[in-house]
Amino acid sequence: MTNNDEGAGIMSAPSRVPGQSTRREEWLRRRRRKAIIIAVVSTVVTFGGLAWLITSSSGWPKVKTIFFNGERFKEDFPEILGYLWVDVKLFLQTAPFILMWGLVIALCRNTRNPVLFPLRAFAAVYTDFFRGVPIILTIYLVGFGIPKLGLLEGDFHFLGFGGNWTSPYLWGPIALVLAYSAYVAEVFRSGIEGVHESQRAGARSLGLSHSQTMRHVVLPQAARRVVPPLMNDLLSLQKDVALLSVLGIIEVFRRATSIKDLTGNFTPLVAAAVIFLALTIPETRLVDWYTNRQRRRTGGSQVV
Amino acid sequence: MNTTTKAKVEIRNVRKSFGDKLVLDDVSLQVGAHDVVCLIGASGSGKSTLLRCINLLEPIDDGAILLDGVDISEPGLDPDPVRRRIGMVFQGYNLFPHMSVLHNITLGPTKVLRQPKAQAVAGARELLDRFGLSDRADAYPDQLSGGQQQRVAIVRALAMQPELMLLDEVTAALDPVLVGEVLNVIRDMRGQGMTMILATHEMGFAREISDLVCFLKDGLILEAAPPAQLFTAPDRSETADFLARVIASGRL
Repeated sequence: MTNNDEGAGIMSAPSRVPGQSTRREEWLRRRRRKAIIIAVVSTVVTFGGLAWLITSSSGWPKVKTIFFNGERFKEDFPEILGYLWVDVKLFLQTAPFILMWGLVIALCRNTRNPVLFPLRAFAAVYTDFFRGVPIILTIYLVGFGIPKLGLLEGDFHFLGFGGNWTSPYLWGPIALVLAYSAYVAEVFRSGIEGVHESQRAGARSLGLSHSQTMRHVVLPQAARRVVPPLMNDLLSLQKDVALLSVLGIIEVFRRATSIKDLTGNFTPLVAAAVIFLALTIPETRLVDWYTNRQRRRTGGSQVV
Repeated sequence: MNTTTKAKVEIRNVRKSFGDKLVLDDVSLQVGAHDVVCLIGASGSGKSTLLRCINLLEPIDDGAILLDGVDISEPGLDPDPVRRRIGMVFQGYNLFPHMSVLHNITLGPTKVLRQPKAQAVAGARELLDRFGLSDRADAYPDQLSGGQQQRVAIVRALAMQPELMLLDEVTAALDPVLVGEVLNVIRDMRGQGMTMILATHEMGFAREISDLVCFLKDGLILEAAPPAQLFTAPDRSETADFLARVIASGRL
């Protein structure tokens, strides 16, 4: 074998001309270009049509001054934005307790030991109850009802919020924790049950106990699985802290409504919506980024 | 098999059903120390169930399973100390996908045997080295080939220094080219004197490695004999039929 070309002759594919694409590549490129053009045109037509429909309606000038009043927006936005911290703070105070309490409930539901049956029954009733009752009702009942019992008096100090034992800043977040942990518990439970039985068998065959298997093998995998649905719940929590305004907590939504009541203009509510979006959209992107990174790390084939 | 010497594992009249389906029907078997026993038979014949029963992953309905003469199938007995002494390898590897190879292997020794981390890591590295996997210690299971994953699973079981290894169709999920590397690991374990019970479809390998081959059908050990006898002159016509089918499918 002195001739180097001899071996190459077997594979007689036509050699490619550099810089020149094949017939198939040409066709694919043309199709891609066509798809982009169609997408752009249909988007412009759809949204342009909708915008025209709305702005040409008879009520539009009135709606515009009431809801999309530029001057009011400029004046009210900074004022409402000042209350953003209240919503963030309520979220940050409730979220860790929701996750912890939700996990406790989920673990209670997962117990097998007959001695612990009362715990399992409690967890089942708990999730049924709090998922079945509208959150706003839970907030009313806990927020107004429990302080009325008069069991607790005096002052408390609680993670930066201090005040009276009857304060809505105490019972409001507690109501949210009670309601949301029921949803979060179900997410955890489905995550735990979603870890394949073979993982448990693998761990138990090494001699790991039930709780060691749970802690080292099942929960870490369940946690990864539940991140997207959990983030979903936390995003709606971020919005639902606005419900605590019914107890008299002044935050973004409450402030916006009070300005609306004063001026008779709805623009502050639009401003409040913008503020919530500015908060939740980056949170969503953060979750997507985290999920993708997890998937890349463990090698890709894991279903998250 | 000499019945006068104390068997490492003794299975006495074990019965097991799932619902009304009887999967093990009066199974008895003795495995001496350092012996290798292969379980062969069609899918659903009860091979895997028998292995899972020995490791107490499935409770038995009747009979007894003895390890070193002690009944480990006694109802109410804590299964964890028993499982510590028995290694099990599964068809689907059952590696923990969220842990690196090294972490998979050291989990048992650190959490169950309470070894110091450094000792467990040293032991794991030694085993990985022995089976040609030392460069994959920091990889995650999903980044390995099937053969590598199964070898890691065997190393994970070996790291617990078991007295008995149960191998449940460990090559069944593998690409034919990768089967060899796993079989070599099993040969190596045999060389080290490990007592093993294997469920397998690799007839050639069963013939080569076992001291005793058991043919299971419908939850019964129909025939148990040394490989030379069972593969060449089986007593039962069912065994002969099974082997004929295996030969026809080109697996022997």
